[in-house]
Amino acid sequence: MTRLVVVSAGLSNPSSTRLLADRLTAAVVGELGGPGEGVDVVHVELRDLAHQLTDQLLVGFAAPELAAAQAAVRDADGLIVVTPVFSASYSGLFKTFFDTLEQGVLDGTPVLMGATAGTARHSLVIDHALRPLFAYLHAVALPTGVFAATDDFAGPDLDLRITRAARELVGAMGVGGSAVGERRELVDDALAAVTPFEELLRRSRG
Amino acid sequence: MTPMQIGIFTVGDLTTDPTTGRTPTEHERIKATVAIAQKAEDIGLDVFATGEHHNPPFVSSNPTATLAYIGAKTERIILSTATTLITTTDPVLIAEDYAKIQHLTDGRVDLMMGRGNTGPVYPWFGKDIRQGLNLAIENYALLRRLWSEDVVDWQGRFRTPLQGYTSTPRPLDGVAPFVWHGSIRSPEIAEQAAYYGDGFFHNHIFWPASHTEQMVRLYRERFEHYGHGPADTAIVGLGGQFFMRRNSQDAWNEFRPYFDNAPVYGHGPSLEDFTRQTPLTVGSPQQVLERTLSFRDYAGHYQRQLFLIDHAGLPLTTVLEQLDLLGEILPDLRAGFAEGRPAHVPDAPTHASLVAARAAGQVEQAGAVA
Repeated sequence: MTRLVVVSAGLSNPSSTRLLADRLTAAVVGELGGPGEGVDVVHVELRDLAHQLTDQLLVGFAAPELAAAQAAVRDADGLIVVTPVFSASYSGLFKTFFDTLEQGVLDGTPVLMGATAGTARHSLVIDHALRPLFAYLHAVALPTGVFAATDDFAGPDLDLRITRAARELVGAMGVGGSAVGERRELVDDALAAVTPFEELLRRSRG
Repeated sequence: MTPMQIGIFTVGDLTTDPTTGRTPTEHERIKATVAIAQKAEDIGLDVFATGEHHNPPFVSSNPTATLAYIGAKTERIILSTATTLITTTDPVLIAEDYAKIQHLTDGRVDLMMGRGNTGPVYPWFGKDIRQGLNLAIENYALLRRLWSEDVVDWQGRFRTPLQGYTSTPRPLDGVAPFVWHGSIRSPEIAEQAAYYGDGFFHNHIFWPASHTEQMVRLYRERFEHYGHGPADTAIVGLGGQFFMRRNSQDAWNEFRPYFDNAPVYGHGPSLEDFTRQTPLTVGSPQQVLERTLSFRDYAGHYQRQLFLIDHAGLPLTTVLEQLDLLGEILPDLRAGFAEGRPAHVPDAPTHASLVAARAAGQVEQAGAVA
């Protein structure tokens, strides 16, 4: 089963951010052979988790719904992320979600980046803001990002970019995260396979 | 013998009472800590433990002075720490301090090792935070030798070597204070506790029970792996937190402003969410009793339950009232913890039990030789 997770940070309902996320999702699912063809899609709508995200910043642990979203992202074979542009960058809500992930969770995960804005003047936001973020997180940020200004939803060009991006994501998911490099050890990994104390003693000696 | 030790632990925070706007002075808070410890003994609790912080807004620096002073003013209660910073405190000093308190209090002391949660404390004591885990491992290994060997030759990475060094005073009756290791999310610390057959304490409060369950399970499995006995005989301690009034609704109303403004979780989740997601219990004494007894469902039968009751700006009078209420349910708590407890689950370790265990070990050894 291929696990596709879609993280969307739109605030209105319906939102153009969710609209773009849905079109990207449909394209990726189509490239994978269509709905039900061994694809499991999980939508993470950050608006619904906004309070829990703030709570985690303050208390250090995730409430159950947020923890489930984080686990889905951790286990994803591929990720679609879409944010509205706020003040020349991703939204604070979008960033907060990635701030709450454990380090190493996205290592090697292919990410299709999308962004929406009112005007085309924000069109470099994917390359100037999102790409460095996902590079830092050691994700595999795909070459094609899909930016959609309000006008773009009217024309045919958007579909071409969506299709190209979807093919890139499916291609990268086929390669698999392990080809890119080893994932850093997460707490759950360490709990499942604890380092024996003799080894910890050896390491402590430097 | 007490199968299950029940007590309190304090962080030593100096927090403004949100209902009055008043902040206690350092002097008031330090004296209040002593009053709380004395009250804990009066109501029949088994343990008083203090945290260790070296920065405002805390008054819990120099825990050994506090514990020795309380030791002089009490007769029966066990003095402990929650936690002792094994990373930044010289193990040579820890060995002396706690062996001394052992003698002064006739063995009423044990310790909980921790790495602390304040990054800047490392440079204050000349240490490197990037070596936190390695410091915890090396320092504790040395501490054990200082207590168990009369003359120590030692060389390590993080302090000057020792040649023919004898730590004084020697531990009371030749038995070192019992050691717990506290950790919330570091498997390495559960592993360390298991390796040595020491106790493992999970802070438990402020976190979902799933964290506690994972860590305690790991510690128990590894305790068995290292040959100290079956997993269910490992020595486990848990934190806990409550606010109670006879009438449940009164507890909620009175505690809410303290919760909403508390340094740790204030302005975050609602009190309702937090009591659901963590072991914090707000309600009637009966509700606190039932919730506390349910911790065994995921931690197994354990040996020590410590409650945090004096934080978030709660005034001393309120804290003492909370202790009175805890004293009222204490017999039921003890009875509840005894219920269904298999005979082979060990009692909570004390100085007397460690002395007895050593004597039994010597007899066994002599028998094997004969």
